Amino acid sequence: MTPSDPHVVLLGPPNTGKTSLFNALTGQSARVGNYPGITVDRRTGRLQGLDPAPFIVDAPGADSLSARSAEEMITFSTALGLDDAPPDLALVIADATRPQGTLYLAIQILELGLPALIVLTMADELRGTGPNLDAMAAHLGVPVVQVSARTGDGLDTLRTAIQANLKAPRSAVPAITWPEPVADAIARVSPHLPEAWLGPAPSPHRVAALARHALLSIDQDDELEGIPSALRTAVDDARAAAPIDLDQAIVEARYAWLDAESSAWSAPPAPRTMTERVDRILLHPVLGFALFLGIMGALFQMLFTGADPLIGLVEDAVGFTAATAQAVLPEGFFADLVVEGLIGGVGNVVVFVPQIALLFLIIGFLEASGYMARAAYLMDRIMRACGLHGRAFVPMLSGFACAVPAIMATRTMERKRDRLLTMMVVPLMTCSARLPVYTLIIAALFSADATIGIFPVQGLLMLAMYIFSVVIALLAAAVLGRTVLKGPKVPLLLELPPYRLPRLGNLLKLVWLRTRQFLTDAGTVILGFTVAMWLLLSFPALPEPSGGVDSLPEKEAAVWQARALEHSAAGRLGKAIEPTIQPLGYDWKIGVGLIGAFAAREVFVSTMGMVYGIGEDVDEESPALRDRIRAEAHADGSPVYTPLSGLSLMVFVALAAQCMSTLAVVKRETGGYRWPAFLFVYMTALAWVASFLVYQGGRLLGFG
Amino acid sequence: MPTAQNLDDAPLLEHVRVRRVDGERAFRRRLLELGVLPGTTVRKTKIAPLGDPVELEVRGRRLSIRRAQARAISIEPQSGAPRS
Repeated sequence: MTPSDPHVVLLGPPNTGKTSLFNALTGQSARVGNYPGITVDRRTGRLQGLDPAPFIVDAPGADSLSARSAEEMITFSTALGLDDAPPDLALVIADATRPQGTLYLAIQILELGLPALIVLTMADELRGTGPNLDAMAAHLGVPVVQVSARTGDGLDTLRTAIQANLKAPRSAVPAITWPEPVADAIARVSPHLPEAWLGPAPSPHRVAALARHALLSIDQDDELEGIPSALRTAVDDARAAAPIDLDQAIVEARYAWLDAESSAWSAPPAPRTMTERVDRILLHPVLGFALFLGIMGALFQMLFTGADPLIGLVEDAVGFTAATAQAVLPEGFFADLVVEGLIGGVGNVVVFVPQIALLFLIIGFLEASGYMARAAYLMDRIMRACGLHGRAFVPMLSGFACAVPAIMATRTMERKRDRLLTMMVVPLMTCSARLPVYTLIIAALFSADATIGIFPVQGLLMLAMYIFSVVIALLAAAVLGRTVLKGPKVPLLLELPPYRLPRLGNLLKLVWLRTRQFLTDAGTVILGFTVAMWLLLSFPALPEPSGGVDSLPEKEAAVWQARALEHSAAGRLGKAIEPTIQPLGYDWKIGVGLIGAFAAREVFVSTMGMVYGIGEDVDEESPALRDRIRAEAHADGSPVYTPLSGLSLMVFVALAAQCMSTLAVVKRETGGYRWPAFLFVYMTALAWVASFLVYQGGRLLGFG
Repeated sequence: MPTAQNLDDAPLLEHVRVRRVDGERAFRRRLLELGVLPGTTVRKTKIAPLGDPVELEVRGRRLSIRRAQARAISIEPQSGAPRS
């Protein structure tokens, strides 16, 4: 942004089509970033079709400027342009179908004396004439334009109006009658307002509006940052001295003014006939839950299997690239670094793209159609019992496929605490990467013929691991929510918007933004981790046999590989940690497998193949690997693997934070290393304790 | 049956007037700012299948809150004969 370009801010309540309007106005120029220190999207762009094209910022959807948390404060700081420059024009959105219920934010903007233009959206949903725009503009004192981002109606008028208002800014401070005690409180607070809020030469109106903002937002329990302590004290004193309830008095005065002014232009809110009819089915006590389960089942099925062909394509492409690089590059350290470290690392990143894109396509659809709010409405009672937000259901369910897209899906929750709590428990869900490990252990150590009643033991065990993960995740949520993530309880406030047909363009834009964020931010961390893991597993290197490993017969090459792995840092680490994992029933070789599995759980299988000298090209179905696991014995001849140690191993894999991609994406979503570090430590500690209890408890009971 | 004292007890779909809004400050302030003010006409429009949350209509908007918060919204005694 160059300083001379006009600066426009877009503000408005949620569910009023603000993002659609932003997309329609900015076209290809839209960009998304983060507000500093907070993972809230900061969308910016250029208003297309105007010369010079104004710079526009899309503030997060909010009903009011009043703020309780740093996140809510963004709307206020965007309106005032505290992060960059004071806006030349504020576009304030209200819903054309229910302006009286959505104009509160606009009143606050007008009170600040900002140059403003009111945009009534959702014009296509009007039944009847809607509000009288000319009368409305006359009473509010600023221009009013009615648009439909869906049909494009009114967008040209809006552009013309923006152009005209940038040339000749219009502002109009509402003539609200403030009760005496409010005026007294404003006088007490005004001298302590921060310079940054006031700006150069503030008008008395602006000062008073800022004082009201402080009075409504600040108290002893708020989570606001950077509020001067003198202002806090002044607000406390003013509130204590006031003979009436200031909160109610301020809000009542605003609505009294709006109701008096709106009598000339108001229209009854549009009826919700269709929406109510659909809700009778989708929120029906029986049918509603059946459809909910059906919709969530379809979501999961698409995520679990729908992305498979694309993942296969990505893996083939990575394999082909690796093979080509191997053929072209001279053998040696550099070739190995490129092939196994870099290309492998890029592959580890790109492989997540199909699932992330698919999940955000589905989530975008559910969100824009209005169903996501219904899902939260239906599930709130159940999720609340574990301290989770109703909207945590979709991320938790997605966690069964893969924690990486699931953690990105926590963005549908507004509050940081809700997002964090969900992020901390989603990685406990049985993701698809755990399945190869479970399959290998169950198939190797439990007979296919054994049954409990009429049910085969193998199938029961697999089912038990799924149930175990859900129970532990919910318990962890309940515990973390009462301890580490304890915070002021914010009661649920949910709006069920009218059902709407989502626009494909908006959905694809969301998918693209999220995928790009993942590739650029989490992707680089995953790439770094992959290279580090490769170094750990390859160095210090064993001198190669003359003629290279490839010249050896297959069996000898595999044996050499096993020796090389033992020689490597990972191999030494496996031996070093043996005393700590012995009480869980593992030997150092399993330790090496577990270290390899910190890259990604499924790597456990191929690492075990290498450790046992069978070669790394094994999978969970390999008979050679299964036989070797059954035959593996300690020095005294007793078997390493028993059903009990197998169970202990599965519990460890279920609970340990063995996925660097998950940690990378948590780092990206929380904006630092603190939460991924906590996640890693708590999950791995939990895994150790649970496996210890299983193994030692089982032994006490006479198993294994 | 005595007439309902708060929004949680209010009969479904019946228009009632808000008398007072209580509760924890931050949430109360949000409700007030959304237009749930003394004197405003609101109505309970839905009850979730599991009994909680409940939905209320205010100024043409539909807001779902939990019953505990709905109980903090006192309402005026309804006009008309109390139903038995």
